[in-house]
Amino acid sequence: MAGELSAEQVAHVARLARLELSPEESERFAGQLSTILEHVEVVRRLDTTDVPPTSHALDLRNVLRADELRPCLAREDVLAAAPDAEDGRFKVPRILGEAL
Amino acid sequence: MSGSADVAPVASARALAARVRAGELSAVEVLESALGEIERRDGELHCFNLVTADRARSAAAEIDRKVAAGEDPGPLAGVPVALKDNLCTRDVPTTCSSRILEGWKPPYDATVVGRLAAAGAVSVGKTNLDEFAMGSSTESSAFGPTRNPWDLGRVPGGSSGGSAAAVAAGFVPLALGSDTGGSIRQPAALCGVVGVKPTYGVVSRYGLVAFASSLDQIGPFATTVGDAAALLEVIGGHDAMDSTSLALSAPRCSEVLDDGVEGLRVGVIADFLDDASLDCAGAVRAAAEVLAAAGAKVEDVAIPELLHGLSAYYLIAPAEASSNLARYDGVRFGLRVDGPDVEAMNARTRAAGFGPEVKRRIMLGTYVLSAGYYDAYYGQAQRVRTLVARAFARAYGQFDVLLAPTTPSVAFPIGAKTADPLEMYLADLYTIPSNLAGHPAMSVPFALGDSGLPVGVQVLAPALGEREMFRAAAVLEAGAAPEARAPVTGGAR
Amino acid sequence: MSTDAAPRTSSRLDWEIVVGLEVHCELATVTKLFCGCANRFGAEANTQVCPVCLGLPGSLPVLNRRAVELAMRIGRALHCEIRPSTFHRKNYFYPDMPKDYQISQYDEPINVGGYLELASERRIGIERAHIEEDTGKTTHVGGGGRIHDADHSLVDYNRAGVPLVEIVSRPDLRGADEARAYVAELRSILVASGASDGRMEEGSLRVDANVSVRPMGSQEFGTRCEVKNLNSLRSLGRAIEHEADRQVALLESGGRVVQETRHWNEAEGRTSSMRSKEEAYDYRYFPEPDLVPLVPDEDFIAEATAGLALMPAARRKRLAALVAAADGQPAATSVTDQIATVVDLGLDDLVVAAVGLGADARLALARSANEAAQSPERARELDASVFADLLGLESTGKLSATQAKTVLAELLEHGGEPEEVARRLGYEALSEDALSGVLDEVIAANRGAWERYVGGDEKVAQLLVGQVMKATKGRANGKAVAAALAERRG
Repeated sequence: MAGELSAEQVAHVARLARLELSPEESERFAGQLSTILEHVEVVRRLDTTDVPPTSHALDLRNVLRADELRPCLAREDVLAAAPDAEDGRFKVPRILGEAL
Repeated sequence: MSGSADVAPVASARALAARVRAGELSAVEVLESALGEIERRDGELHCFNLVTADRARSAAAEIDRKVAAGEDPGPLAGVPVALKDNLCTRDVPTTCSSRILEGWKPPYDATVVGRLAAAGAVSVGKTNLDEFAMGSSTESSAFGPTRNPWDLGRVPGGSSGGSAAAVAAGFVPLALGSDTGGSIRQPAALCGVVGVKPTYGVVSRYGLVAFASSLDQIGPFATTVGDAAALLEVIGGHDAMDSTSLALSAPRCSEVLDDGVEGLRVGVIADFLDDASLDCAGAVRAAAEVLAAAGAKVEDVAIPELLHGLSAYYLIAPAEASSNLARYDGVRFGLRVDGPDVEAMNARTRAAGFGPEVKRRIMLGTYVLSAGYYDAYYGQAQRVRTLVARAFARAYGQFDVLLAPTTPSVAFPIGAKTADPLEMYLADLYTIPSNLAGHPAMSVPFALGDSGLPVGVQVLAPALGEREMFRAAAVLEAGAAPEARAPVTGGAR
Repeated sequence: MSTDAAPRTSSRLDWEIVVGLEVHCELATVTKLFCGCANRFGAEANTQVCPVCLGLPGSLPVLNRRAVELAMRIGRALHCEIRPSTFHRKNYFYPDMPKDYQISQYDEPINVGGYLELASERRIGIERAHIEEDTGKTTHVGGGGRIHDADHSLVDYNRAGVPLVEIVSRPDLRGADEARAYVAELRSILVASGASDGRMEEGSLRVDANVSVRPMGSQEFGTRCEVKNLNSLRSLGRAIEHEADRQVALLESGGRVVQETRHWNEAEGRTSSMRSKEEAYDYRYFPEPDLVPLVPDEDFIAEATAGLALMPAARRKRLAALVAAADGQPAATSVTDQIATVVDLGLDDLVVAAVGLGADARLALARSANEAAQSPERARELDASVFADLLGLESTGKLSATQAKTVLAELLEHGGEPEEVARRLGYEALSEDALSGVLDEVIAANRGAWERYVGGDEKVAQLLVGQVMKATKGRANGKAVAAALAERRG
């Protein structure tokens, strides 16, 4: 499965990652990602039958907080960082896709 | 020794704090001395992205006022500290050495930043790093590389290269870094300072800009093992703002520094010695002898599974990073490059704001999580992570701590590995397994290599094994070549 | 973007509509799911935000205990298994999502495998009810507020991070009416369990419908479309009808249904395809490293679900049992409808209490479902003994049905005791001396009729009673008048 990443795969991944890549970058990443994936091929071949995945290093459970109010940020502080704002809201260019 | 003239004398943090607390030395004097050194030499080294002199001066003055008023100024009273620039500082720019965050001022302090201030430490500024902590040389910083104070033509390591170099250069006795795959220990080794990655969950990550959340951990840089212990005691301990924070107080390592290693069972990870440079492997052998001479039971141990850690890491870390770095989209903060619609704006902003290494890892991480590849890559990496943890568990059934090289080689020349990402990733081969397992590990400067550059040895311990780890580190420090570390306690090199 | 007009076809009867619903319920917590910002509707834009719900770099989520408790209450109320669960990240870019990923439960949700019982006693399977965070709100500016024509959009993150439970039904619903009944029932359950305020108009409940059609009698499912933007029961019903018509028309004209997400346009009364670009979404789910597993033990679950009120289905059963006990047979359809209304309005406790005090079950149900239902808030406050007394006056004939209804309205409006109110309205005065006087007058004025009555012609009784009622302007009790006439006849 490793092998070379195709130009289409790179374009698809770039789209998922919201990265506009130049043709040179696309080509370079295709090569570099392929090299890296080739290197990790060793790991893919390890026998992990019956080995559970680890997503957290430590075995913590049930970390909960009380349903109590904490101070919010002042709106000026919130919007001070905004690249663009209008009417107390963050302003963005028109949206083509839909929220799911 | 060529290039090492820049390594200036600096007092230990604890000695400084004691004198400030006693009123023998003012925090303002200590600070001005540090600021003077930075002013004089950081143009060349580029440890700092930002020096917050004015804020530091008010903080130091407040410490002095407290001392004069008889109030407790805190255990680190008046000690200048440097903060890696991926730690959020309220109203002070936090860039992660990335264009995409240029100019952003967080509206809040990281938990560790608050704890440092409460302990009386005086933050002098934000240090350079590999962009978003992705790298092992600080060369991927958008603001240019940091230079190694031992040899200006070489890298300080990374990603916390700015913090490591700031301590090595004698600008500050203490600094904070973050370690996802070795980003504290590797630069500590390359700069001849002490660097500690605590057990995952010992130090709150709240306010640490995430790279790979399940691996990231904040930790100390110091010139001595004792100072590192003191700093860990200040920044560690439970924090309700971080769900992965352990409900424990910080490990009290200061009190075991004189305990010695009599009877301590030490395993030398033999698998790591084969490919390490002679300098690095030799230092580990010498370190083993020092520990054995002090009464430890030292034996070689084979843990071949650890060598698989690197591959697992380079699937897991980019996967988490690809998600953590999605929020840099030009909507709420930081850089925006306009576009006709929001998708184009996002994509252009990210194209302009992220450097090549960050883009590479986002691409890799996105790919390995995408439909059809998850099980083969990410899922498999998580299973290998389990194998690494099991292998460690087996070893810790026999040993209290493990000994290994921190790095495969000493500091390499600037530009030597930038063309080959994989070559750069190999710099983390020996540090990554501890991150995967969530274990503590630290690098102690131990010897000078043939090239006159410092060599660190790494002490690894099981989860919450910090006290045993510091006992071994203290013995190694006492047995280390004195010229191998940035000078401390008054003596000029 | 495609829209299709969908003329209703006469062949609709040959098709069965299959619906599965995904209901997003905002939990009635004080704070958001992962931070201490207020979970409150209607505040000024971007005033209820902090580093966590704004997704600022370095911030981390910490799970709200109350949200977990409410999720477990929902699970218990829907007869789900409450299980150990984990959180995942659902990755996709959208400006209303601060982190550009949503924290949600994926393959290990907290509640699985329950059911909801409709008033019709049909059980609708619940696949899962999981916890997730809400997004912010986007307003489209210019182009008449329509997303694709908009000049730009504005984002308010007050809602970002509000706790949601998404309740996913199995495709067990058959048609628009049943789907509406399901949502209405679910809403009652969510309110009864204390998990939600149930305000659909404020977005507290949001419904997406998976709609497909299949030939009547077929066991296989057709290709489904997910219809979004259903903000009321009315739009839910209309959208399902429309979408089913569209699919039937497509299939009957030899086309095929493409699985896709469609947007309901309330004003235009139709659905339209939402996908503007050819792209399969790939959410790259992976375990959320910033949150740890949730493994509630028995004590935690018991504590969280303690004091859970009786759910509507159980409350309906309780009333049906009362009626069945009184009648000696199962409740008829008309009674079932009354039962549903009474439970819906929360008047069932009143009925149960009144019956406990000796009131007639059918009568208690009827007066609750019809008259008391006119002002349910006040009826819920009504003292059960007062209600029982009133019903007693009616069933013993001391008050006519009409009188009893008037007295009940008066009691709800102004309070008081039934006998005292009846007396004040002049009803009781007629039952004794006054009635006797009126009878004298009516008999005198209708001599012929009276004699036919005395002679055994029962049909004339109605006429005489009617005359008495007329003379008393309806204040007399018809049954009592008939009894008095019979007594005079001897």
